[in-house]
Amino acid sequence: MNLSADLRLAHARQLSRRWFLRDCGVGLAGIAAHSLLAKDSAPPPPSAATAKPSGNPLAVKAPHFTPKAKRVIYMFQAGAPSHLELFDPKPELTKRDGQLPPAELLKDYRAAFIKPNSALLGPKFKFARHGQSGTELSELLPYTSKIVDDLCLVRSMQTDAVNHAPAQILMNTGSQQFGRPSFGSWTLYGLGSEGAELPGYVVLTSAKGTSGGASNYGCGFLPTVYGGIPFRGTGDPVLYLSNPKGIDAPAQRASLDTLHRLNDLALAEAGDPEIAARIASYEMAYQLQTSAPELMDLSTEPPHILELYGIKDVKESNYARNCLLARRLIERGVRFVQLFHEAWDQHGNLTKDVQKNCLDTDRASAALVTDLKQRGLLDDTLVVWGGEFGRTPMVQGGNDGRDHHNRGFTMWLAGGGLKRGHVHGATDDFGFNVTQDPVHVHDLNATLLHALGFDHTRLTYRFQGRDFRLTDVHGEVVRALFA
Amino acid sequence: MYRLAHLLALSVSLFTVAAASAAPTGNAIDFAREVQPILAENCLHCHGPDAQDRKAGLRLDTRDGALQGGKSGVATIVEHKPADSELIARILSTDEEDMMPPPKEKKTLTAAQIDTLRRWIAEGAPYTSHWAFTAPVQAPLPLSPPLSAARPLPPHPVDAFIAAKLPAAGLAASAPADPATLCRRLFLDLTGLPPSPADVDAFVAAAAQGLAPAVEALITRLLAGERYGEKWARVWLDAARYADSNGYEKDLPREQWAWRDWVIHALNRDQPYDQFLIEQIAGDLLPQPTQDQIVATGFLRNGMINEEGAIIPEQFRIEGVVDRLDCLGKATLGLTLQCAQCHTHKFDPITHDDYFGIFAFLNNTYEAQSWVYTAEQQQQIAKLKNDLRAVDDRLKKAEPQWSEKFAAWENQLRTDRAATLWTPLVAAEMGSTSGLNHPVQLADHSILTEGHPSTKGDIFVIATPDLAGATGLRLEALGHDDMPFGGPGRSLYGTWAISELEVTAQLPGTTTWEKVALKNASADFAEPARALEREWDAAFDKEQRRTLGPVAFLIDGSNDTAWRADRGPGRRNTDSVAVVQFAAPLAFPAGTKLRFLLRYHHSGDDNGRHNCMLGRCRLSLTTTPDPRAAPVDYAAVLALDPPADQRTPRQSDALFTAWRASDPSLKKFVTEADALWKKFPAATTSVLHLTERSPADTRATRLLDRGAWDKPLHPVAPHVPTALHALPADAPANRLTLARWIADRRSPLTARVAVNRVWQSLFGTGLVETAEDFGTRTPVPLHQDLLDWLAVDFMEHGWSQKHLVRTLVSSRTYQQTSRATPAQLERDPRNQYLARGPRFRADAEVVRDVALSIAGLLSPKLGGPSIFPPIPENVLSYNYSKVTYWDVPTGPDRYRRSLYVFRKRSMPDPMLSAFDAPNGDFSCVRRIRSNTPLAALTGLNETILVEAAQAFALRLWREGGPTDADRATHAYRLATARPPRPAERDAVVQLVTATRTRLRQGELKAGDIAFSVLTRPADLPADATPIDLAAWTIAARVVLNLDETLTKN
Repeated sequence: MNLSADLRLAHARQLSRRWFLRDCGVGLAGIAAHSLLAKDSAPPPPSAATAKPSGNPLAVKAPHFTPKAKRVIYMFQAGAPSHLELFDPKPELTKRDGQLPPAELLKDYRAAFIKPNSALLGPKFKFARHGQSGTELSELLPYTSKIVDDLCLVRSMQTDAVNHAPAQILMNTGSQQFGRPSFGSWTLYGLGSEGAELPGYVVLTSAKGTSGGASNYGCGFLPTVYGGIPFRGTGDPVLYLSNPKGIDAPAQRASLDTLHRLNDLALAEAGDPEIAARIASYEMAYQLQTSAPELMDLSTEPPHILELYGIKDVKESNYARNCLLARRLIERGVRFVQLFHEAWDQHGNLTKDVQKNCLDTDRASAALVTDLKQRGLLDDTLVVWGGEFGRTPMVQGGNDGRDHHNRGFTMWLAGGGLKRGHVHGATDDFGFNVTQDPVHVHDLNATLLHALGFDHTRLTYRFQGRDFRLTDVHGEVVRALFA
Repeated sequence: MYRLAHLLALSVSLFTVAAASAAPTGNAIDFAREVQPILAENCLHCHGPDAQDRKAGLRLDTRDGALQGGKSGVATIVEHKPADSELIARILSTDEEDMMPPPKEKKTLTAAQIDTLRRWIAEGAPYTSHWAFTAPVQAPLPLSPPLSAARPLPPHPVDAFIAAKLPAAGLAASAPADPATLCRRLFLDLTGLPPSPADVDAFVAAAAQGLAPAVEALITRLLAGERYGEKWARVWLDAARYADSNGYEKDLPREQWAWRDWVIHALNRDQPYDQFLIEQIAGDLLPQPTQDQIVATGFLRNGMINEEGAIIPEQFRIEGVVDRLDCLGKATLGLTLQCAQCHTHKFDPITHDDYFGIFAFLNNTYEAQSWVYTAEQQQQIAKLKNDLRAVDDRLKKAEPQWSEKFAAWENQLRTDRAATLWTPLVAAEMGSTSGLNHPVQLADHSILTEGHPSTKGDIFVIATPDLAGATGLRLEALGHDDMPFGGPGRSLYGTWAISELEVTAQLPGTTTWEKVALKNASADFAEPARALEREWDAAFDKEQRRTLGPVAFLIDGSNDTAWRADRGPGRRNTDSVAVVQFAAPLAFPAGTKLRFLLRYHHSGDDNGRHNCMLGRCRLSLTTTPDPRAAPVDYAAVLALDPPADQRTPRQSDALFTAWRASDPSLKKFVTEADALWKKFPAATTSVLHLTERSPADTRATRLLDRGAWDKPLHPVAPHVPTALHALPADAPANRLTLARWIADRRSPLTARVAVNRVWQSLFGTGLVETAEDFGTRTPVPLHQDLLDWLAVDFMEHGWSQKHLVRTLVSSRTYQQTSRATPAQLERDPRNQYLARGPRFRADAEVVRDVALSIAGLLSPKLGGPSIFPPIPENVLSYNYSKVTYWDVPTGPDRYRRSLYVFRKRSMPDPMLSAFDAPNGDFSCVRRIRSNTPLAALTGLNETILVEAAQAFALRLWREGGPTDADRATHAYRLATARPPRPAERDAVVQLVTATRTRLRQGELKAGDIAFSVLTRPADLPADATPIDLAAWTIAARVVLNLDETLTKN
């Protein structure tokens, strides 16, 4: 290398360092592992978000006001769990089992599959009061019952859609139309990522693929870096994490050292800070090759923790494992973890399948709340549990199924400054209409953003000449949910 | 205290301004550049075009509105008198009630902005319309910098505009890129593939004789090649939200690649852009449209299709039209039409009504699917039709009285038909027993079943007919252009099979349904009894019990038998009829409900792809004794309805053919025709497209309240926003008119948007950065003069996209070195002034194609079906519907260009999406580039890229030269078009040497590294060992991941 090349390299390094310091807010070592937005691509257009777009789109940003929660674990129960079997006791429905619903209930009503005027179906499981709050929960939820004093139950949820894909997309992105950013993406866009070695928004899946597909956790029109990254239960936890066959760790290191050196030379020649970002991205990939398997390796967890979650085989990929992984992820600074468990679409076989689903999910969901609490993480972690809609009080098929129902259903929240041992809202005697304190999807999302320190009307991103937001033009913060 | 200080600062600046305006500097305020953005950002949300939400009745987007003021009657702007203008008073006010923008908006104008507004009012508050809504005009080229020995030629127009703005920014143009880099840049931009070392050598040699002619020659060569169309098709495919699956929950695969092929060919033959648009928006409405023009209209059908169980099809049809508008707006007009779906646009002059005015142009359509034949097959079909006509001609010659006989037969048919009176059933209730489908009854009483493709499902109709003594029931299977190939069925061929037809009755006051016995089924046509084809295999019928054929199967009480009337290729998409008799005339009391059930039990598995549903049918009753279906093709019977002179050729044909079949003496001709039909070719693919509804079946558009599909309000006629150019006065209100309006030379937007998109592809950022939005919130671009010059030039050169590309890449601006000096980075970090050449990571597809190309693996095959790349099992298995068709090729197709990689919407391709390829959920006219560790992992470890590294190593061994240094040099030349600098070469050689040592010592296994599942040691050249190959595979993997390999430099 000649002198002038040396000088250029030195200058480029200085330049790139300055760029990192100025635009990323952190030194190279501390760069958020996930990603860097290419310098030559268009930065997000000016938006009303307080955070000014900077070189590193994942730099930690302050929200609009002091947040109650810093991170989110969202346990999405896809397929739509029956509120009538799990959360919302309806003795009157038991009494009227087999009778037709009152006609006034069905005005302008549309279910997905069934004729609205179908017989009522009594709840299949018993309810009892639990905890100091005395909240009634189903016998299917013995573990959730034990933590009910930590939960904020919303029994007055409402949504617009009655088909799975649109309803899942609505719940996750605030719109029935595909192409909008998910709640997790908005969160990452608004807050950035604290994780040094892992993506800021991680997705964990169990059961089968969801109706909404990848769009449930997509970034929509936000830059790609804000999208959810699935960590997979089988094969490579992160796609293409493993080296090709035959390439061991030293060979990988030697390869990356060579690549680093060659890219350094290119940086000296071209002076493009983007090359420095590329070098960093390869180094972060290398770190991820260590940190991701370490994260996924539950064998280091003590037996009592595995017992708490009900994990028998630490290698088996399932919902319980995902719950424990969620805790490990947020401990490592991941901003948003979303679980998807697509199993709740009980048009038939309601009794048996809802029982199985609860066996699969009840213990671990509750364990996660318990575990967060005992680690002091629950206070500033927002935990959300729920699906895209509820189920009809009317029967579908013979006598063991329920159709989609959008007018009233239940979700639960925990942590993040919300009330504990609290029940918000109520439905009528049939679990059909909300009779008290309705909470629409948009209200829920406005509230969740509020917990994260955002005025939902001001967390916006300009696209197509319009300032888009998670709540579109709707949503009221449900202040009554906060402690 | 803070507030006071703030106010003081403000007043000081205002004072300064007053002084300044007293002594004008001579520079008048430019409304479009300086004032409009302030109003758009701070005022128009409440004081804009949307009358519904307008506050205080005040609008500031028009001058009249601003002068007139709001409801208060106070003039918001008083010309030349900022001090008297309420606008300024309100902005300066600190009273929370009065101040504007109101405190809750949390928007504050800067002192400079207020100053601008004051000066603008002082100058008379002139308004000009939004820059992008005024047709582009070519300004004279800026005065060129003095010619010098280095610049003997008059400047290129692009350079003239760019150069004019450099000095003020403290910048100067860069030197040209070195010829090798320029050669690679041109290859990547014009073909999406890297040059071979021979290409580079030839160009460098030619450039030594003269750079400009060498560049011109290379541009000419590359624009003439087929790769050009493949490269640029990708840009349009993004805008057109192309994908190979339907999206939503089911996300079933679709056949749409014929449209993709059309785009490639249209670009390669440089079809004028206006025609390119017209054919895609309304090709079907052109006179005698060709198959290609039908295929072109696939553009508007690239959107998603919801096939989830139990959906209301109309809801998602509306969603589909909304998506079409969004796509059209972004791709052609740069208008965010979607903003006016729920209310009048907040910023742009597009009213809620205007939105549905454009909607109406697209709403009067069928969502059709047609076969796509090869050129050879089209000739075959043309010949076949000729031969069929010849048969008819021979018949007419042999039977001179044919015309009288035909007429007599027709009269007889009419008489026979009139003998049985049929009364269509009016459904009181319709549905499917599974709940998966929600059929609807149309005005002609036919019943349409769309939405979920049910593999096993029964459709029922309940009616309370007032028809005592009914003797029979007629079931008509009727075509419909929403069905594949016109139906009447919904199968892969537009066919159907009905396993059973059942009728039950519920007497008034009872709740049970009693079976009504049926007898004597007859039909116009049925296949002979036969086993069901294997194509419809289903898990519930492993024993293959199911058969089909005669109409008797319809009422034989067995779900295993079905009536089907598939007349074979070329003739199968036609109407059919069956008549069944009640065992005894119906004698139910008035008010009895009849339930008619069509059972479907002959579908195949595979998530509905192999359903056999009937898409449209009509049920009717008669009291005429002994009703039967005449053995005459039902299409002919239906053709009796229009008067002879109003029949379509297809209807006339149906009648003639039916007559021919009815006369035993003409059997010879029937046999000849049947033999010809057997030769009808089977198409290998099809296309989803739009067709205009027939005049008898038009769909009127109503404005939808807040855009909600089930809240229609008043009717809206097709029209376009008044702020844009007008529609031709006498043109019919159809899609073709809309297409021509979009592609009109008077359009202020169409050419600008197209030019901008091409510019964006070449330079990384558009002249208008928001390629999807040229509306009022888009400020006047820095280089509007250049954009407009190019837009006019584009149109004046016959909308030639190749001319446009050539213009841009032949500029010095494009050809500059991309090396960034510290001063340039400091003054213009994002290269808006273009004092240096473009440098950015290539698009996902180019990244993959470059690797395959360098490796020597890339298949040159052009066009055709998509290919299935290897996908990790943990991705493939995580789909809502099981993916049964993912057959990964092991031959050359494995390495086809990325353009041909199957795009499954709910499972974005992991390799391409890591590099920011969109998944086709919606129209994308601007990709945002990211640079992530996930992309790095993909580059290092993805299956195809690893195979590319192995093949690259083999190639280096074969052609790189005798030493590792030679091979390193060749590797760099292949990947970056230049030889490595010594330090680079040495680094690569060091890696090879060190790896070789480890391999020799047995620390690494050569076979594992050097070979994939598809390659073997036997493939090695004689002089190579697996250790050599393994060492070079590792080095090749590094070279494939070089920043410079991934980047357009």
